[in-house]
Amino acid sequence: MTQPTTQEPVEALPPSLPPQLGPRQIARARRRQAAARAWREYRRSLEGMIGLGILVLFIAVAVLVPLFIPSSELDVTRATGTPFSPPSAGFPLGTDESGRSVLALTLWGSRVSLLVGFLATVISVVIGSVVGIAAGHFGRWTDSVLMRVTDWFLVIPFLPLAIVLATVLGPSLANIAFVIGITSWPGTARIVRAQALAVTSRPYIERARALGAGDWHLITRHILPNVVPLIFANTVLIVAIAILSETTLAFLGLGDPLRVSWGSMLDAAFTQGAASIGAWWYLVPPGVAILLVVLAFTMVGQALEAVLNPRLRGR
Amino acid sequence: MATAASRSFSLTAGHRRLGAKLVGALLSLAFVLVFNFFLFRVLPGDPAKNLTRNRLVPAEQVQVLRESFGLGKPLHEQFISYVGDTLRGDLGISYKFRRPVSEVIAERIWPTVLLLGVSTMLSTVIGLWIGIKGAWQRGSVFDRVSLGASLALYAMPEFWLGILLLIAFGVGVGSFPGLFPTGGLSSPNTELASLAGLWDVARHLFLPCLTLTLAYIAEYALVMRSSLLDELGEDYLVTARAKGLREALVLRRHAVPNALLPTTTLIFLNLGFVVSGAITIETVYSWPGLGLLSYEALRTPDYPLLQGVFLLFSAAVIVANVIADLLYAYLDPRVRSG
Repeated sequence: MTQPTTQEPVEALPPSLPPQLGPRQIARARRRQAAARAWREYRRSLEGMIGLGILVLFIAVAVLVPLFIPSSELDVTRATGTPFSPPSAGFPLGTDESGRSVLALTLWGSRVSLLVGFLATVISVVIGSVVGIAAGHFGRWTDSVLMRVTDWFLVIPFLPLAIVLATVLGPSLANIAFVIGITSWPGTARIVRAQALAVTSRPYIERARALGAGDWHLITRHILPNVVPLIFANTVLIVAIAILSETTLAFLGLGDPLRVSWGSMLDAAFTQGAASIGAWWYLVPPGVAILLVVLAFTMVGQALEAVLNPRLRGR
Repeated sequence: MATAASRSFSLTAGHRRLGAKLVGALLSLAFVLVFNFFLFRVLPGDPAKNLTRNRLVPAEQVQVLRESFGLGKPLHEQFISYVGDTLRGDLGISYKFRRPVSEVIAERIWPTVLLLGVSTMLSTVIGLWIGIKGAWQRGSVFDRVSLGASLALYAMPEFWLGILLLIAFGVGVGSFPGLFPTGGLSSPNTELASLAGLWDVARHLFLPCLTLTLAYIAEYALVMRSSLLDELGEDYLVTARAKGLREALVLRRHAVPNALLPTTTLIFLNLGFVVSGAITIETVYSWPGLGLLSYEALRTPDYPLLQGVFLLFSAAVIVANVIADLLYAYLDPRVRSG
């Protein structure tokens, strides 16, 4: 009668699992499962999938455009068309003030607009996450000082601050990305801090601390994994705002003067008088491109948030 | 006795929170001053040289200018005199206009207040109405169309919308003539203080105001919709219906007043966003307000003027935030006593 009891636990183990699994492999397998579950849930959102489709299309265009349209088409001195001519067979979207193809400009413009959007987002998310985790984890005066700074950045109007910074730093791609990044992190910091606070107060953090875990270990092993899904959903929404901000700053003449972006196209179109001669073909394409990309990022971000934010789940 | 004691306690708690808010606002203002001072001191070049660029100016005059900027003195003395000057309303001399910055700014305030005031009022009323109707008829055609339109309006740069409206209604398309003036505050040689003058200003105001209203509606509609949707699941609405109240009254007397709370404060919290819209839209329509002034200042670049406009915008937004806090505490009894 003693034999079955000793054999039972052996049979309870799933046969597919290899006999010795380290904690790392288990954690990795769990994470893979969680990602697969999130993807299954995400796929059910129609808006999310449409947004994702648009994004993939735009990113593909941005990456592949040099293969189809040589950069010499952007050279003002080698422009072949008549300035401000409406759409025709040779120029499907017409030409700009120096006779360049608006189609080529719009396709090339996606590169700078997306690049600045992504760069600014990375800067913003890194600052926001570090500030949020530090404030939530260390508490006390670190928290009050960091939140005071966060509140300041929240209350100061974005565009005037960005204009002042961009004017002082000078127009270049890196500076624009930096300016947008440095002015758009407070929202992330707030969200991350709230989540870090919630995690820090859980008993298993106390247990880890009692076992001798230092701050670095606690932050990287316990707090960060809990905060990352939230940061991820938030990041996608920030890209949308960053691309819109790049457009606005470039329109005001603060963009990189040597590169074409959707914002700098609108700036050139407006200052060269495209509006007064009714050259809609010069104004519509970059605007529609911005609208589509920002809308796509918003839809993906909202779909991700619904999947990843536990507070919104089940709504 | 007990109620009196708890009443006075709740008052002091409210006062303490109010005090903390005011201290926070003052700190933010002080931060803006420090930021302004240091940012414009790290600028490359000599302000006196920038001011006299491309002109033949005797060396003594440049020296006088340098002294008037206080450039020779140690940093902390410069800072103290900068703060003192700013508090007295002396914001320096504009490079572009060669007049005191405070004078230039003062002339430009009213057009901006007019434009932002009218468009904020219109967009709030229309936006709230769309949000309420959408949430109440969730999933209806109206709701889906207005939600889609709001998201699209939210995703487009407002100045792009402005330029398109300018072409469509200001310049005219094909044989269709422009209906409205394309820019400025009024036509030249119009007496502003007459009926014809007012009509002229209203015609000039129409397009920039329409653009900003459309741009702001989206946010108010979205916030009002989600805030009312939050309320619709609450138990007190079940109670109201169980009492036999008509649906329209349940909405008007019970759900909407509660849902209005976050939206009302948003109107004030939103001033930062509103100001950003003003900068680009005033530029598109050459509306002679603070937004166009910022654009002119950054294109020059006219640093003292930029500094002054930034200070004014920041101060306005900080004050609006304090008002939002006060308003929220006044409107929401839970905050007032809590």
